[in-house]
Order: sequence, then C-alpha cells, then structure tokens
Amino acid sequence: MNSNSDKKYNQYIPYVTGFITSIILTLAAFYFVESNVFEDIQLAIIISVLAIGQLFIQLYYFLHMGKESKPRWNLNSFAFMVLIVLILVVGSLWIMHNLNYSHTQNQNIDEVIMEEENIYR
Amino acid sequence: MSNMATTATQAEDTNSKTSLGFWIYLMTDCVLFASLFATFAVLRNNTAGGPSAEELFELPYVLAETLILLTSSFTAGLAILAVKNKSRAQVLLWLGITFVLGLAFLILEIYEFSHLYNDGHTWQTSAFLSSYFTLVGTHGFHIFVGLIWLGVMVSQIYKKGINNSVVKRLGLFSLFWHFLDIIWIFIFTFVYLMKGVYL
Repeated sequence: MNSNSDKKYNQYIPYVTGFITSIILTLAAFYFVESNVFEDIQLAIIISVLAIGQLFIQLYYFLHMGKESKPRWNLNSFAFMVLIVLILVVGSLWIMHNLNYSHTQNQNIDEVIMEEENIYR
Repeated sequence: MSNMATTATQAEDTNSKTSLGFWIYLMTDCVLFASLFATFAVLRNNTAGGPSAEELFELPYVLAETLILLTSSFTAGLAILAVKNKSRAQVLLWLGITFVLGLAFLILEIYEFSHLYNDGHTWQTSAFLSSYFTLVGTHGFHIFVGLIWLGVMVSQIYKKGINNSVVKRLGLFSLFWHFLDIIWIFIFTFVYLMKGVYL
C-alpha cells in the first residue's frame, strides 16, 4: 500500500520539476529585459539561451523525449526537423541581410558596402 | 491466450504507429512556424513609418498570457497522469482546468489583437505588423483547434469513460498542447521580449 502511494507520488515529480523550472526561466528572461542593464546584443544572447533551455526542459519533462527505445524514430525525426528549421531561419536571415545592400537608397552603394565590410581603398 | 497476447501486441503496435505519425505532423508544423518566424525576423524593422514593436507591446500583459499557457500545459500533463491512475473524476478536473486556462489565453490574445486593430494598427499598416499577426495568429488558431479537440475529449470521457481509444487520443492531445506551449516560448522571447533589441 505504502509503496503504491509512493509510486503515485513519484509520477508527479517530472511534471512539477518541469513546471517550476519553466516558470523560473520565464521570469528570469522577463526580469533581464525589464532591468535594462544589458546591451542589446548581450540581452539577445541571454534570453535566447533561456528560451532554448526551456525548450529542452519541456522536451524532457513534458514530452518525455530521450526515453524511447531503439530505433528512436521520434528523436531522429526531431533532429531532422531541427536541421530544416536552422537552414530555413539562418538562411533567410543571411540572404535577406545581404539583399539589404541592394535596397539601400544611398547613391554610393559601393561605399556603403565597403564601409560595412571594413574594406579600405 | 497466445491469441489475445498477439492482439494486444498488434494494438500496441498500431498505437505506437499512430503516435509516431502524429509526432511527424508536429515536426512539420515546427517547419511551418519556422518559416513564419524567419519572415517575422526579416520584416520586424520594416515598420513603413508605423509603430514599432517597442511602442506597441506591453510585456507584463504578455507575461501573464505566457504563465497561463504554461500552467495549462502542466495541467494537461497532470490529466495524463490521472489517466494512468484510471481516475475519471481527476481526468475531467484537470482537463477542465486545462480548457479554462487555454480559453483564458485565447481571450487575452483576441483582446490584444482587437486593441491593436481598434487603434488602427492592423495587418495592413506595415510589413512588421503583417508578419506579427500571421505568426501569432497562426499560433492562436492552433490553440483554438486544440480547445475544440479538448472539448470533444471531455465529452467522450464523460459519456464513455476511459477506454483504450480515449487514452490514445488524450496522449496525442497532450503532445499537441505541450508542443504549442513550446512554440509560445519562442514567440514570447523573439517577438515580445526582444521588442527593444535592434541588432
């Protein structure tokens, strides 16, 4: 009887852990933004890391990833999705950043590019 | 006896196939959201003389939305545990709380949208607002569909009790709901928290 109720109690531990950790990470990100002490680039890195941390917390504690047995189709399809997402997002930002050169209204586009790329005559 | 065992194994096999199929749907949905995130990231400074993210969004309001959705993801997990313990009353209780929190989230979001719309900041104002409404609206639409699904599940459990097919569907629903919460973390971070960040 006792061990049975222990087992019931233990089931809750992963969900409660995931929930509390997620709340802490969310509040921490909110606090860092509101506190206004970081430079833009530092702030962007900090809250991105907190978001990715929360992603892994929830994947592990809520979606129970990494606990399946071989051949691990869920994990494999997840890894493939991450690859596609990275190509899509990083590729889009990279290409559009370069295209911004040709949208520049400045007449001396060559000089703009040389200045941004640190090329000196 | 061995016949029954074979049937049970077959049922388990079908369940795991259904679960994998649904998981692959979620992965493709991630790619959909990734394309919307990429669009937003590219267009977010193109305000066409209209208001910027920094001027429009109120973080405490969005933090409340975030915590509500996070809690509903947690209670959906508790409902799954109650299914394992075969306690129908508890399953209905946790699913009911999940539904109310999900609905509260959706109402807050619709209120935020209508507030922006009434102030004249529509999806036609700028490329930034077009991509914002598309990204956040797509997530909101998923939540809406999830709420319908959840309502159907609650009525099924109420009428039929907890049988095998209900257990299977609830498992898939919880995957869907946790997944939507994960998408929201990224919307909260990259759309709202980074509103004042100019890189």
